[in-house]
Amino acid sequence: MNSMTGDLLETVVKIAFVIGLNLGFFAPMLGWVERKQSAVMQDRIGANRAGVFGFTFIGLLHSAADAIKLIFKEDFIPRGADRMMHTLAPVIAVVPALAAFAVIPFGGKFELAGHNVNLVIADLDVGLLFVFAIASIATYGAVIAGWASNNNWSMLGGLRSAAQMFSYEVTMGLTIIGLVMYYQSLSLVVIAEKQVDFWHWGIIYQWPAFILFLTCAIAENKRIPFDVPEAESELVAGYFTEYSGMKFIMFWTAEFIEVVTISALCVTMFFGAYHLPFISPDMLVSIFGGGDFGAIVAMLIGIGVFVAKICALIFLQMAIRWTLPRFRYDQVMALGWKIILPASLIWIFLTGLAILLGLMPTV
Amino acid sequence: MNQYIPVLLLFLVSGGVAIAMLGIAEFLGPKDPRDKFREKMEPFECGENQIASPQQRFSIRFYLIALMFIIFDIEAVFLFPWSVIFQELGLFGFVEMMVFIIVLGVGLAYVWKKGALEWE
Repeated sequence: MNSMTGDLLETVVKIAFVIGLNLGFFAPMLGWVERKQSAVMQDRIGANRAGVFGFTFIGLLHSAADAIKLIFKEDFIPRGADRMMHTLAPVIAVVPALAAFAVIPFGGKFELAGHNVNLVIADLDVGLLFVFAIASIATYGAVIAGWASNNNWSMLGGLRSAAQMFSYEVTMGLTIIGLVMYYQSLSLVVIAEKQVDFWHWGIIYQWPAFILFLTCAIAENKRIPFDVPEAESELVAGYFTEYSGMKFIMFWTAEFIEVVTISALCVTMFFGAYHLPFISPDMLVSIFGGGDFGAIVAMLIGIGVFVAKICALIFLQMAIRWTLPRFRYDQVMALGWKIILPASLIWIFLTGLAILLGLMPTV
Repeated sequence: MNQYIPVLLLFLVSGGVAIAMLGIAEFLGPKDPRDKFREKMEPFECGENQIASPQQRFSIRFYLIALMFIIFDIEAVFLFPWSVIFQELGLFGFVEMMVFIIVLGVGLAYVWKKGALEWE
């Protein structure tokens, strides 16, 4: 009973940490990064207006100003819209985005005061499948939003997002098969632990899988260059044309958190998760004198490394977003079905062949 | 089963967050009576009146994509468990799965040839 209370407390703390990190740090920061990085890339000054007593903190206060503004906006539902579905859609978009984090390990396993602390909310054997399953629920958010708005632009955006997200969901699953063959596990905790050694990081042998996976993941998240469902210049704002205020920001929060989730998945699968290159967590614990103190310091370093790697991948995704123009819809679909799908099947074949011939030493 | 309780908890918390966000907007945002500004409540159509209802029949293409999704998603579902135990199965499992993939590859080639992947 006592240990059960302890476990429950641990889970609550971990959930509070993950939710706080996503909603309190990453979501507002991404709002800022999106503006500031685009400004830097386009040689503009960028976000620098919102300030307190003249201090603008390089535009960091814009996210806070946005949040305060949007909270006080009217919740607009157009005539003829399905009011319940219209309200439900942003909830369906946000919840899976947050829930996908359940299986992503963010700091490793440590023994703290005789209690084993595993820094992941749920250590599931089928972690990767869980992520894909949860990610596919997010499709409904976009489709329902498009359908419930009683607006032609929204409807087109919803249809496009349905077809696009279905297509890329299939390919996203197939791109990762090669990596699973390499690590022989679907559990993200096991995959993370196998990357203690720098030479076992996924990126070294599985870099084609990384490129394919990142492309699919960005398309699944409907961001530029694959943002045809919301394409401002064609469909006004696509499936969330009729959304305002808090519901609008919920769609944006969901998109930003998915950017973080994609980065976290890539870090966990390809970039050594929470490990520093060449330094294992056990070495960190002993460097800092072992015991509880050493474990806590090593744990904090692990979390810090994980967050820093996520930030680097967010930077990469934002750079892609502000570099490439939007593809045409037929090009998006052709890329998914005609290039990435065959390419990932070929990569499965090559990985299998390489492992059987001993060219790819497995872990 | 125990390990799924945290997942459920996370779902509940995220659901709570989402409902709280909706609740804040409902509580703090202005509320106009729905009949006060009739024009404002119109769905956005670039300033015109809506002439076509969005809730009507649309292109068959989207159904084709849905059908292809089912076929290839099932392929992915078969591949996941195979890939975990791939190294235990060895050469036999590899050849077996490649035959399966080739059969589906032929399917993809057929769909491609038929023009189901083209958008005009």
